[in-house]
Amino acid sequence: MTATDNAVREGRRAGKGSAKTPRRRRVAQNRWLPYVLLAPAIIFELLVHVIPMLTGIGISFLKLNQFFLRNWVEAPFAGLSNYRYAIDVNGSIGKALLWSFAVTIAFTVLVVGISWVLGMFAAVMLQRSFRGRALLRTIFLIPYALPVYAAVIVWKFMLSRDNGMVNHLLAQLHITDGHTFWLIGNNAFASIVVVAVWRLWPFALLTLMAGMQSLPTDVYEAASVDGAGMWQQFRKLTLPMLRGINQVLILVLFLWTFNDFNVPYTLFSASIPKSADLISIHVYQSSFQNFNFGLGSAMSVLLLLFLLVVTGLYLLFTSRRSRRA
Amino acid sequence: MRESTSFKVIRVVGLALLTLFTLAPLYVMIVSGLKPLSDVQGAFSWIPSHVTLQPFVDIWRTIPLARYFSNSVIVSVSAAAFSVLIAIFASYAVSRWNFRGRRLFQITVLSTQMFPGILFLLPLYLIFVNIGQATGFALQGSRIGLIITYLTFSLPFSIWMLVGYFDTIPHGLDEAAKVDGAGPMRTLWSVVIPAAKPGIVAVGIYSFMTAWGETLFASVMTNDSSKTLAIGLREYSTQISVYWNQVMAASLVVSVPVVVGFLLLQRYLVQGLTAGAVK
Repeated sequence: MTATDNAVREGRRAGKGSAKTPRRRRVAQNRWLPYVLLAPAIIFELLVHVIPMLTGIGISFLKLNQFFLRNWVEAPFAGLSNYRYAIDVNGSIGKALLWSFAVTIAFTVLVVGISWVLGMFAAVMLQRSFRGRALLRTIFLIPYALPVYAAVIVWKFMLSRDNGMVNHLLAQLHITDGHTFWLIGNNAFASIVVVAVWRLWPFALLTLMAGMQSLPTDVYEAASVDGAGMWQQFRKLTLPMLRGINQVLILVLFLWTFNDFNVPYTLFSASIPKSADLISIHVYQSSFQNFNFGLGSAMSVLLLLFLLVVTGLYLLFTSRRSRRA
Repeated sequence: MRESTSFKVIRVVGLALLTLFTLAPLYVMIVSGLKPLSDVQGAFSWIPSHVTLQPFVDIWRTIPLARYFSNSVIVSVSAAAFSVLIAIFASYAVSRWNFRGRRLFQITVLSTQMFPGILFLLPLYLIFVNIGQATGFALQGSRIGLIITYLTFSLPFSIWMLVGYFDTIPHGLDEAAKVDGAGPMRTLWSVVIPAAKPGIVAVGIYSFMTAWGETLFASVMTNDSSKTLAIGLREYSTQISVYWNQVMAASLVVSVPVVVGFLLLQRYLVQGLTAGAVK
């Protein structure tokens, strides 16, 4: 055992210069210990993620409604019919799903884009110290810290037509007459984008601030000696150096926003306006309000496939680009 | 370094607008919680007609807020504690050993991040119901079911972040502990955990907040006795009217502990992100 250990240690010492030495440590001893350490994580992942996911795929092939809920294994087999309903854009179910999907894509692109821009702007502005910086940083992080339902309930109140602050403010500024419906009709889409951005951009700020702390300052000094302006420094230094962080950040923001349930559910309760019919709510209603669980599961599986493809393509594209760079 | 005047103007104006955007809901929350009911049922006003603390008294009587609050505390604290503990063990294994299946584990854990929560909801509900029927142990509607569910929500992110964090701790420290005769668990306890404190705190905050804010599973997995704040707060709305001043007061009450805790510990969160996620 000692011999192997020494060999391992020697190997490590030899490779110490590079950070990415293949990890071959203590392979000889404690072969079982890593598995013991992993066991709790694996058990819970199996129980709450893996098994339910497989079950969900199974359910999507069943004709499962409330009558079979207690005894769902006996629900009749439906073949691919749930999927056929979900993707048949000539039928009402497929048409509604496609609409909901389109709304979600628009919502996600807008929310992620705006949140990233705001987060990046604030992170750059807060990069150098000035009086009040620490206070601002704290203020900006509050929306992220608030429990989502409490924050969104406040927005719901602010956006209500007759008692809301938004209409009052707009009327005081003579922008509108103060009687706009914000939570029903087409305006609901704008409302939910604003609320989601308000919640999400602080996370972009937090991540980008953390990233910027690790950037070397001497490069900036050299650049400004060479006469590079703020905009040039941002484009030529900050953006390229933050590329790795941005790739992860944008992926995470995308997945969170696309799958978001909390914000629309709290903002609209049971009556979701058509213009803001986000996909996770749509699937939830198909399953738990219309009691068509098989169809809901088929929709979830389709969503999962979509996310897998998008994430896969994104990772492929970004990793190839950074390899070339 | 000199900054141009136009840059300073952009900075002041931009940051001022962002501050207003950020703080507007907080202002509404606080000021409306101090208003009498007649004030919040009419048109909005920036200043209360008279300041009253009555909503903060009433919130506990209109709905069983105390029960929902304690449910939320029990569920979130337990979920965060277990999640951190399990993530520490798993991350230690991934960071310090090269074992068969290591890559598979990492990929599985990360990919659960992308799955829509709605995908697990119904199957998990059915599995919990079935376990209840088979064993008589009701997971559905109990706090334990919710704790188990929530702890896995934050687990992938926690493991991902802690592996990054543990990797930054020099292995020389492990070696030194080993020379002193410490076994792997002893090393974890007295070397790795102390050195990774910021990362562990960050992961703990994240897990707690995830559980404290969750509504999808809480809406299906709880019953009257296990309901959390996320669902309970809706009960201030009746068919006839909404007690908006109480809703705002209650929102403030449930937010304060989380926000204060977060702001006190945000330093760790930034450090944790820097070392763990940003690498």
